[in-house]
Amino acid sequence: MKRRRGVSTLPRSILLFAVPAVVFYAFVLLVPTLRGSVYAFTNWDGLSATFDLVGLKNFESIFANPDAVKAVVNTLVIAVVTTVVSNIIGLLLALLLNARIRSRNVLRVFFFAPAVLTPVVTAYLFKYIFAPLGPLNGLFDAVGLPGLKQDWLGDADWALVAIMIVIIWQQSGYAMVIYLAGLQGVPAELLEAGAVDGAGPVRRFWSITRPQLAPAITISVMLILIHGLKVFAEVWIMTGGGPGNATNSLSTLIYKNAFQFGLFGSSIAMALVLLVMVAVISAIQYRALLFQGGHK
Amino acid sequence: MNRYTWRTGILEVVALAIAVVFAFPFYVLVNLAIRRANDQTSPLVPTAQPTFENFVAAWNDADLGLAVWNSLQVTVLSVVIVVAISAMAAYPLVRLTWSLSRVTYWIVMVGLLLPFQVALIPLYVTIRDIGLLGTTWSLVLFYAGLQVPFSVFLYTGFLRSMPREYEEAAAVDGASPFTTFWRVVFPMMRPVTGTVVILNAIFVWNDFLTPLLYLSGSGSQTIPVALFGFVGEYAANWPVVFAGLIIGIAPILIVYFLLQKSVIQGFSGGLKG
Repeated sequence: MKRRRGVSTLPRSILLFAVPAVVFYAFVLLVPTLRGSVYAFTNWDGLSATFDLVGLKNFESIFANPDAVKAVVNTLVIAVVTTVVSNIIGLLLALLLNARIRSRNVLRVFFFAPAVLTPVVTAYLFKYIFAPLGPLNGLFDAVGLPGLKQDWLGDADWALVAIMIVIIWQQSGYAMVIYLAGLQGVPAELLEAGAVDGAGPVRRFWSITRPQLAPAITISVMLILIHGLKVFAEVWIMTGGGPGNATNSLSTLIYKNAFQFGLFGSSIAMALVLLVMVAVISAIQYRALLFQGGHK
Repeated sequence: MNRYTWRTGILEVVALAIAVVFAFPFYVLVNLAIRRANDQTSPLVPTAQPTFENFVAAWNDADLGLAVWNSLQVTVLSVVIVVAISAMAAYPLVRLTWSLSRVTYWIVMVGLLLPFQVALIPLYVTIRDIGLLGTTWSLVLFYAGLQVPFSVFLYTGFLRSMPREYEEAAAVDGASPFTTFWRVVFPMMRPVTGTVVILNAIFVWNDFLTPLLYLSGSGSQTIPVALFGFVGEYAANWPVVFAGLIIGIAPILIVYFLLQKSVIQGFSGGLKG
């Protein structure tokens, strides 16, 4: 972030170059977010020109409404569980692929592929896989484990598990490529020296590789966490937030309340709750990266 | 550490075993898409008499040609706009030490913290009031603005480490800052432009919530929303649905396989829109 000292030959007028970007950004994101932050304290219905201030009523209604509380809890569960599992799988895959196996190039492209797939497509594919008579239950029958069969999407708890499996399938490869990039920075000489000194693979990972990977861990954890907090397509397509309102995420409940029921004020209040969660995590990430000195 | 020992062999087997698990959904997808309507065998069994008629049916019935065209239009236009305005904005934000320039930079960076869910509803009303609802232009406008903070972040990061000698030489030769930027600076930023293009294009192509909102009810849809509507109609006919899903992801998979190195590099930089 250091700026070079020295006389700038550029005139201040070139700040005009930033005007188009600022105008687009302000029109689409900044101004509507500020307006939305005001609307969250009103009873605005999205249509009328007039509205009244209602103070914290919209926020109180979130915590008084079991469906909204459930959506907040689901969102946090989805974000945390998918982050932990995807990062463990991603790190494992990165370590495997980094071990000079022959199929590493093919497998890297393969494992990352789900991350670029359209979430709508992935969600439909898994909706079919998780159907009562679908391939997954069929697979359990075929291998003689019918006890594992479930009505995956019909049961509230299992539906949440199914949604998380889909997200993990997509995000593990993403974590993997971040870790693979991080592993490039681990000096091979250091690992060899460790081996010579008699450190086993686990010890070498913990004492040499892990500290070097710290920035990669921070980035991967935060990105998947934020992705999880915003989840929409997977939930909307696989369960529609159901059965009942049992599997709603914040985004699906906001969409439902605002655009199907016209509850704009309380929807924006919910979106603000989401904004605070995302902003807090981003701020933590920024600090952690500064602390680790890995921010590029 | 470059020897291929029996230990490496075991690791290879483990990696391939995990790959088989990850491949299961792909197997189901392809296996079912090539299946005839009257084939009642389990979706786990390889399809005996493959057919391509599902793809023809999906293409025609879901109007996927139009959807692919709309998605292409929205993706290309919004990415071109966001690259042009973000690259240009990065120049003064990095090179000027003026306080107003720094303030502008931080105002744009605040956007990295804002999930678009809050802006979505007020913006929806604005788009409706100016009559853009139901047009692909509303999406181009939306993505061009939404992706500015992230793109400016990537461009400013790159530009900070770029030497100033070439620009200064161009200025000495009498080129205006505008010409200098487009002729000298922008071409030198090509590596980061590649990253900005790839990450933004994949995000725009895959996004579902925004077009669901801004295009619903209109005849023109992007791929994710077209597939959403199509499955609603064909819910019972999974082979045709799956053929449609494959058509929907084909363009992005082709790009991915052609540019795999740059795509993976772009993402592993650790940032996503």
